[in-house]
Amino acid sequence: MENKTDLEQIEKSSRVKDIAGKTVTYILLAIWAIIVLFPFYWMILTSIKSYSSYNNEYIPKFYASNPTMQNYIDAFKTVSLGKYLVNTAVFTVATTAIMLVVTVLAAYAFARLQFKGKNIVFVCFLALMMIPNELVIITNFVTITNLDLRNSFPGLILPSIASVFYIYLLKENFEAIPDTLYYAAKVDGTSDFKYLIKVMIPIARPTIVTIVILKVIECWNSYVWPRLITDDSNYFLVSNGIQEIRENGFGRENIPAMMAAVVVISLPLIILFLVFRRTVMSGVSRGGTKG
Amino acid sequence: MEVTGRNNFKAWLYLLPALLFLGVFMVYPLVDVFIYSFEEGYNSASQSFFGTGIYNYSYVLHDPYFLQALKNTFILVIITVPLSTGIALLISLGLNSIKKLKELFQTIYFLPYVTNTLAVGLVFMILFKKTAYSDGMVNVLINAFGGESVDFIDGPYWAKMMVLCIYTIWIVMPFKVLILTSALASVNPVYYSAAKVDGTSKFRIFYRITLPMISPMIFYLIITGFIGAFKAYSDAVALFGTDLNVAEMNTIVGYVYDMLYGDSGGYPSYASAAAIILFAIVLTITVINLMVSNRTKK
Repeated sequence: MENKTDLEQIEKSSRVKDIAGKTVTYILLAIWAIIVLFPFYWMILTSIKSYSSYNNEYIPKFYASNPTMQNYIDAFKTVSLGKYLVNTAVFTVATTAIMLVVTVLAAYAFARLQFKGKNIVFVCFLALMMIPNELVIITNFVTITNLDLRNSFPGLILPSIASVFYIYLLKENFEAIPDTLYYAAKVDGTSDFKYLIKVMIPIARPTIVTIVILKVIECWNSYVWPRLITDDSNYFLVSNGIQEIRENGFGRENIPAMMAAVVVISLPLIILFLVFRRTVMSGVSRGGTKG
Repeated sequence: MEVTGRNNFKAWLYLLPALLFLGVFMVYPLVDVFIYSFEEGYNSASQSFFGTGIYNYSYVLHDPYFLQALKNTFILVIITVPLSTGIALLISLGLNSIKKLKELFQTIYFLPYVTNTLAVGLVFMILFKKTAYSDGMVNVLINAFGGESVDFIDGPYWAKMMVLCIYTIWIVMPFKVLILTSALASVNPVYYSAAKVDGTSKFRIFYRITLPMISPMIFYLIITGFIGAFKAYSDAVALFGTDLNVAEMNTIVGYVYDMLYGDSGGYPSYASAAAIILFAIVLTITVINLMVSNRTKK
């Protein structure tokens, strides 16, 4: 009998320990969640405070007593936030679309077609993956300047297209598609191109979606190349736009309006992420590099 | 399958766009950057130079701005890589031990990944900035605990470096948490059950089972973390503006771009030399990392 009580006591104490451990875990996780969310809360909060009330708060308040949308109107009217957004959208769509065509064609050649020197070319491709952008950007800057493509969309887009890693990712995926499908299609007289469009692309759709999402995130946030190649604010993307707004935006330091611009810039990607949460997270764990 | 001439031609046609883009914007620049770095006195207006040699490297290595950038980058790397990896490991262990709210936490933790570095950097700037009309949110907190207000954006060097480190960690955390959480989830539960039967303590389980199982992923994160931190630039711009030399907060990558373009720009040769020095540093550190990770495996 005594043994049993001992056992019960041990079980009970370990349960108490478990609950205590869980509570500590949840508290720590919640603290990190607050650290992550706080800047988002702060930018939304500041963006709905009026200019005068923001500047009158020596100790910032955690709520807005008179919420206003005026800052959002200012962000679009006083500075060209709308133009920056349109530019970024054009840049993102064009870059991603061209990248996708180039990537699909190259991945198909590596995965399915036979040609002399295939292995050598592929090894060269892999070697290129290790080349950091910082090393090639200098010559690209000179090339684009010499071609007179500064402050133009081709100048922004062309050097941003090539992505060896995505070709590699898609090639692996294409190769997983059984050969028998290909031979069956060949027997039926299907051309290579038609096979690619009708069979390979639909099967590899999840990988293609991943690549598209990763590229969209990359384009939307790109800063260095657009900064080097554009100094005419008509061609600014959002990253440069927000920097421009910060440095000589509203004629005075209008932080609430600046925060409104920050909210508008951040929103598209956050919505994209919340909609495609699983795809984005699995895509980044397969091919993300930021960090 | 037989390789015929026609097939050969068609394959190259499929490859052509990729070869074209990579050739013009990656392979050629790669060769060119080395040539630039050895051309002395290159003038971008007349596209002429008057000699070849290692002067560009020696200029860069003696430039106080470069040395400042080098120092900043190294401090940033040494502080943020271990800290962010460690915190990410703790968070992932926590995430893996719970069921309720796990997805919610994971979603929240991932948010910084999809934000624009420049835009959200401004939020950090106003949180830390001390101005005439307000000390800023962080200083209010510091005051509440009895500390003195500090100007984190225009103030002393250590304060600016601290903000840069905090923002960098905030930005890189999502990737690390994501990778470590999935690595932890893939450890076979049989090991844990066996250890539990043996009555192994939690710390011992972590040290003897979990850590060895996920160590390849930790090394992967440390390597990518080093590479990423050495290339830090846009986070610094977001906090301190484009004139990083004046703010004493420039990074190596920032130095390269400043040499290339902007008020102090027009020197592609110096930029090339600095970029190659950066590449050499990153390569060395990566090789060391790989050697260490291979040794621990044995």
